[in-house]
Amino acid sequence: MKKALAALAAATMLMTSMPASADLIVPNLSYRTGPYAPGGIPYADGFNDYFTLLNQRDGGIGGEKVVIRECETAYNTEKGVECYEATKGGGALVYNPLSTGITYQLIPKTAADGIPLYTPGYGRTSAANGKVFEWVFNYPSNYWDAASVAIRYLLNENKGDLKGKKIALVYHNSAYGKEPIRTLTELSKKHGFTLVQVPVDHPGQEQKSQWLQIRREKPDYVVMWGWGVMNAVAIQEAANINYPMKNFIGVWWSGSENDVLPAGMGADGYKSLAMHGTGMDYPVYQDIKKYVIDAGKASGAGDQVGSVLYSRGMYAALVISEAIRKAQAISGKAAITAADLRNGFEQLEITEARMAELGLPKFGQPFKATCADHGGPGAALIQQWDAKAKKWSLVTDFIAPDDDVLTPLIMEDSAAYAKENNIAERCK
Amino acid sequence: MLYREAGDFKTSYVADSQTFPIKFDRIRYYIVVAIAFGVVPFLINDYWANAVFVPFLIYAIAAIGLNILTGYCGQVSLGTGGFMAVGAYACYKLMTAMPDVPFVIHVALAGFITAGVGVLFGLPSLRIKGFYLAVATLAAQFFLVWLFNKVPWFYNYSASGQITAPERMMFGIAVTGAGTPAWAKYLFCLIILFALAWLARNLTRGSVGRRWMAIRDMDIAAEIIGVNPLTAKLSAFAVSSFYIGIAGALFFSVYLGAVEVGEAFGIQKSFLVLFMIIIGGLGSIFGSFAGAAFLVLLPVLLKNILVGQFGWATDLAAHIELMIVGGLIIFFLIVEPHGLNQLWRVAKEKLRLWPFPH
Repeated sequence: MKKALAALAAATMLMTSMPASADLIVPNLSYRTGPYAPGGIPYADGFNDYFTLLNQRDGGIGGEKVVIRECETAYNTEKGVECYEATKGGGALVYNPLSTGITYQLIPKTAADGIPLYTPGYGRTSAANGKVFEWVFNYPSNYWDAASVAIRYLLNENKGDLKGKKIALVYHNSAYGKEPIRTLTELSKKHGFTLVQVPVDHPGQEQKSQWLQIRREKPDYVVMWGWGVMNAVAIQEAANINYPMKNFIGVWWSGSENDVLPAGMGADGYKSLAMHGTGMDYPVYQDIKKYVIDAGKASGAGDQVGSVLYSRGMYAALVISEAIRKAQAISGKAAITAADLRNGFEQLEITEARMAELGLPKFGQPFKATCADHGGPGAALIQQWDAKAKKWSLVTDFIAPDDDVLTPLIMEDSAAYAKENNIAERCK
Repeated sequence: MLYREAGDFKTSYVADSQTFPIKFDRIRYYIVVAIAFGVVPFLINDYWANAVFVPFLIYAIAAIGLNILTGYCGQVSLGTGGFMAVGAYACYKLMTAMPDVPFVIHVALAGFITAGVGVLFGLPSLRIKGFYLAVATLAAQFFLVWLFNKVPWFYNYSASGQITAPERMMFGIAVTGAGTPAWAKYLFCLIILFALAWLARNLTRGSVGRRWMAIRDMDIAAEIIGVNPLTAKLSAFAVSSFYIGIAGALFFSVYLGAVEVGEAFGIQKSFLVLFMIIIGGLGSIFGSFAGAAFLVLLPVLLKNILVGQFGWATDLAAHIELMIVGGLIIFFLIVEPHGLNQLWRVAKEKLRLWPFPH
């Protein structure tokens, strides 16, 4: 054991004693193994490839190369902590762990270490309140937005009336899956529908009893908060009980190709939310093909390009790179620090014109962050799966969430956090 | 040469029955303790504390706890994860309900609450044995996790069902929360582990431990020679759960800071701790340490070598790491079915005879 410890010491010394170069260091806490790998792989690939593109095409951001430090978490919080501690030295700029559980751990840690935490579309929803969560950003959309958008969509479908309807929530029985419950409960009071909660335990490979329950309860709609293998299994089970797919809506984490393909034609008509467009019809892909894929620098196996979660990883990387640019403009230096980047995140504005310039026109919603608002507008699209053509098509435009319901909830939850941790509000 | 009894004369019964009868062993033990308390805290940084030492110390507490029940008393338990969850949630409720009470008291109380729950779930052990008892404790595992998921009171009605440890001070220094210095985390866990390991070692050497071992070796014979199976089994459950509850409380509050029950205290945690004591050696305190070190440190070491040194892709390294750890477990169990502790014991035996075996 002593020998092992000595080797461990040597290994870590080497790792931590790497000189802090002037590069922009962005750790990527990814997961390419375990039951959540179907979601983790494309996201990590998109994230890495976008920074590779910036390095190859533009020579980095503002002349500084971006260095990605990837670390495997397997969606496990203990490994996530290990990864965070291993990568935070040497000038790590921002964390994007793609896991709500790890996010909850990193929120206090990143605040203490002074490193921004960017959690687009996941994490702690009430972090949208920048008055309490100084170092966390979750624009453009969060879970409660998603819940509200799904209900708004159903309201539109039913001519504005959901009275007497029954909506089932099939969710991953974890912090992630439980996030929307509070919002949906409030919305059910407001709109008069019944909410049925159907939890699925990690990892979600066995859902027979849950779908038996759904068959018995006969809900008008099923909303799903699933991740990893749970998604594919749920869609397969729904197809097995002949649940009408057009009444089955997943959150944006339950709407990738990997989730619907295993169910074959049974998944035809399945809907999910989307934070952004998808597919390879955007001009940016010409550059990605030229500078990244054809150059043999693609991350992973390179077979995920253009998929939904690849697009999302790319979108996250794009927002981070824009925040770095903003931070460089504010601080007037190219080699920014994590504190500079926080200012960049807080003053970031991404317009439609800027998105078009970056090669992604009509891809995401424009948003503008402020000191108090770290959450963005929170709108989302609805996409539907076409099993014949094997592609997602958008069926709505951006739907805005019901802020009358969400804002008080966010204030309440963030105030509870502030009280527990003795945080004074900023942005007076 | 160094490792021998010759010349080490004992002149009293106390000296004769001490934990480390051989001088070299005793000195080695004092040196390890001195380094752990006197050197490591000055050198430790965040990475070493959070990724290596604190998880090792906490798992060692849990492994000692399970070893008392399974290794010394022979009652197989698969409820370790559930009992750790009891410790964690008890600690959370106490921390948030009574912020002014010193944190170490919360940890101790969490241990006592878990001891109570453990005794409750230990009651079936009076009627059933072996695999059937394992299934009964498995029920405890699933019931407890379900309970902490289902009842919002346990997580103070937070939106996500996560529990988050607020900052708590000991002597003006944070021991929980993000602002905790690495050495404080380490020392806090080390002091608790040291006290508990010392207690466990002496419990198992005394009459209580002998009663447990009598029950383990043959319960009917034990009953005939006057061991009360009710008190022996239930005391093993109580002491074991006390340890595991403290491990759970520290795991949540000092190590991770925020947990959700299904992920942190699921069935895989029960198996992990069980594997620790099987690999380390059933019925030995040193085995608990060795097993915890093997299963906590080896994956981190392999990751640092494969990714940090060789620059392999992270997913490839993660898969290879699983294979290597799995392969080593099988290797060790084939070479020495009684665990790392037995290897250690054989090595000591050989050293005693060296250089003149036979």
